[in-house]
Amino acid sequence: MLGVLRKLGALAINGVWRLGFITRFFWMVLLYSGQSFTRLHLTIRELYFSGVMSLLIILVSGLFVGLVLGLQGYETLQRYGASDSLGTLVALSLVRELGPVVAGLLFASRAGSAVTAEIGLMKVTEQLKAMDMMAVSPIARVVAPRFWGGVISMPLLAALFSAMGVFGGWLIGVVAIGVDDGAFWAQMQAAVDFRYDVINGVIKSCVFGVAVALIAVFEGYDCVPTAEGVSRAITRTVVSSALAILALDFVMTSFMFRG
Amino acid sequence: MSEPLVRLENVRFAYGERAILRDISLSIPRGKVVAIMGGSGCGKTTLLRLIGGQEKARSGRVLVDGQDVARLGRDDLYAMRRRMGMLFQFGALFTDMSVFDNVAFPLREHTELSPELINDLVLMKLHAVGLRGAAKLMPAELSGGMARRVALARTIALDPMLLMYDEPFTGLDPISLGVIGQLIRRLNDALGASSVIVTHDIQESLQIVDYIYFISEGRVVAEGTPDDIRNTSDPFVHQFVHAEADGPVPFHYPAGDYATALTGGAA
Ligand SMILES: Nc1ncnc2c1ncn2[C@@H]1O[C@H](COP(=O)(O)OP(=O)(O)OP(=O)(O)O)[C@@H](O)[C@H]1O
Ligand SMILES: [Mg+2]
Repeated sequence: MLGVLRKLGALAINGVWRLGFITRFFWMVLLYSGQSFTRLHLTIRELYFSGVMSLLIILVSGLFVGLVLGLQGYETLQRYGASDSLGTLVALSLVRELGPVVAGLLFASRAGSAVTAEIGLMKVTEQLKAMDMMAVSPIARVVAPRFWGGVISMPLLAALFSAMGVFGGWLIGVVAIGVDDGAFWAQMQAAVDFRYDVINGVIKSCVFGVAVALIAVFEGYDCVPTAEGVSRAITRTVVSSALAILALDFVMTSFMFRG
Repeated sequence: MSEPLVRLENVRFAYGERAILRDISLSIPRGKVVAIMGGSGCGKTTLLRLIGGQEKARSGRVLVDGQDVARLGRDDLYAMRRRMGMLFQFGALFTDMSVFDNVAFPLREHTELSPELINDLVLMKLHAVGLRGAAKLMPAELSGGMARRVALARTIALDPMLLMYDEPFTGLDPISLGVIGQLIRRLNDALGASSVIVTHDIQESLQIVDYIYFISEGRVVAEGTPDDIRNTSDPFVHQFVHAEADGPVPFHYPAGDYATALTGGAA
């Protein structure tokens, strides 16, 4: 009994410690971010690795999610004779929730894990120490560009995910099932509010971008410098990112969409 | 004699609870090449980290060019490190850059030189270590000894005032070994720099260095010029120079009784 309590206590203290570390680390990254913008090529390279390389999985997943939404949405809506609203349903689900959340989860497992692995391996092979010895800050040179690469890619990827999803919904609804094309788009246009829906969705994806990118670079930078340490860090990146995205999503949704 | 470039005064250092350096005092005079020797795991790499300011001594002082490294702020420390070059024990090449870019890295980071000039400088450094032809290769395509030589070229790229080499001779064939040894000596003299070599290769060191320190169990146990060392009667140095298994240098990491461990007791 005492043992369990002790373990719980240790877990809590450990958690708070890590939260403290990651906050301080976040501050350092922001402090050293100057170079990511004065030497843009570093950040652009990371944009390519995080963003462009994630395009395929994001586009394909977006399409499939849209297809499923189209099928399920139509199935439900036609019971109430509201199948004309399919466009609204698909677009709202994607823009408000599925776009940012699913794209965020995919992004964490595709790009976040890669960033953690890369930084972790650089630590294992003493590349970060060597850089530090050469009077070049690893946070400025290695961490900050990867962080900003992730932060910038994420909203763009989420937007593309949503666009692909809407296209998938249209394919199923209009092309395959035969919902009226004009109604599909007109209802969507009327129901989706730019300020309320689109902007809020973009805010969500930006917040997820910061969360995933921060977790990914932190876990890599902080890992135990062994093969096992890196593999654990990668797992932690994926798990913590997923939890962070889902929890943040709940919090933000409750503030943004209270009807 | 002027003030030595590096001076360690009664330095004590521990990783956590495990004392590594107990009481080290030594100095590296300007313009000289100094070797630091000792058994594996005795804290030689740690010593270089202390000089480079990557670790801080628990007590005692580490003075580089008259400044206490542990007390420098980040900017001052970085300013000092620009004038230091450290060859890492395992090379620590940047694996995402070609050999050329690795050597160019410090030049690009710290100077405003034109690309043409950087190109020439890099090729000169690579030529010095005999790897000009390997400029386009990636670190993964190099052998261990080649990687070490590229790392050496990167270390000397900025012509530092203090050069630290952590095991520069490991993994080199006898020919490269001689060449690199001579290179370290020549660089030191040409740049007017000071060098520290951490090494096990006593024969090579005796030929190129000015002074040798032996470290064991966290203390300097012997020191002297190569001539002193060759003629010494000190049992420690004798064991080291003649590579004998028995003597004051422990081969084993501290452990419990061997027989007890083998017969099932806790190690
Ligand atoms: N980061 C660390 N954390 C804890 N202990 C460490 C760490 N680095 C080294 N040690 C311990 O400190 C001791 C000295 O290590 P160091 O790397 O300085 O040895 P060394 O003299 O360079 O050995 P070698 O000749 O094998 O390279 C070792 O016994 C090692 O177990
Ligand atoms: Mg060592």
